[in-house]
Amino acid sequence: MQLDATDRQLIDLYQRDLPVCDRPFLDVSRQLGITEEEVIGRLQSLQDHQVVSRVGPVFEHSRAGASLLAAVAAPEQQLDLVAARINRAPGVNHNYAREHTYNLWFVMTAPDETVLEERLGELEQQLRLPMLRLPMVEGYHIDLGFEIDWEALP
Amino acid sequence: MILSPSPEYLAVAPEAAGGSPVSAWGLLRLRRELEKGLPLTPKPYQTLADRSGLTEDEVMAAVRQWQAQGLIKRLGLVVKHRTLGYTANAMVVWDIPDDQVHAIGQAMARMPFVTLCYQRPRRLPDWPYNLFCMIHGTDRPRVLAQLDNLIGDQGLQHTPHAVLFSTKAYRQRGACYVGRH
Repeated sequence: MQLDATDRQLIDLYQRDLPVCDRPFLDVSRQLGITEEEVIGRLQSLQDHQVVSRVGPVFEHSRAGASLLAAVAAPEQQLDLVAARINRAPGVNHNYAREHTYNLWFVMTAPDETVLEERLGELEQQLRLPMLRLPMVEGYHIDLGFEIDWEALP
Repeated sequence: MILSPSPEYLAVAPEAAGGSPVSAWGLLRLRRELEKGLPLTPKPYQTLADRSGLTEDEVMAAVRQWQAQGLIKRLGLVVKHRTLGYTANAMVVWDIPDDQVHAIGQAMARMPFVTLCYQRPRRLPDWPYNLFCMIHGTDRPRVLAQLDNLIGDQGLQHTPHAVLFSTKAYRQRGACYVGRH
């Protein structure tokens, strides 16, 4: 998808502080000098093309329920298979292959710690692979969105 | 599956204009709807209200309260970096002396190219690292240059660390804490 100047402006201006009012997209449209309908159309299109995963709130992990970063060391030739098994477990929202002996890294979420522990235990038994459990001790980064360096993009 | 609302919700139940407490179950449904994102309709909070059995005012009051409490960190477009061309993504992990990890974590988090920074427990002997930061970039050389920059800036030349570039995203989506996933 080709992004034009208005799409970029939407991304630059509204990764945070989207107004909470009865017609937020009307507010946005006034800021950008386009119609409300066009704002909604552009957001839908950004979503449809996977440029944006959603428009909405980002919850604070440590306070919005239980979540944990975990890693397993999977045999290289079984990476896809193990990744698929991890994805089938409930509450997995991130799952990446990374260059390390611990080569699959995923985040599991649950309504509370007990459920999370049950889910992880179940998955660990299923996979029979060494698993690192790495809960957050302290977060230092304040999520303000991500400043896109448009010039650097391919 | 029936999930009971967590105390966090009940604590944030806002008072409606009339002063009566908002239904905790309505708030739980609202949270579940919000995790999918705002509906892209002219009146998204009204749409959310219809879906969760609350009024539009109750929905907006709840969202504002959750923002004020820090339960919602930000509200807006959640960009997929990969689609945009940010394909180099390095998780850099460090073994920092315990008495310095807080200060160094805070300093790293202020670097503009560091997109996440967390302290996590070591798991010895396999895993000696206690500080994690994420660097997103358009290509590996650029990310490695930024890492050099970080090492120089923080004086970490002799600190054990490892760079874990991601090679494939098997899943990347918003968290679902109260949904049925």
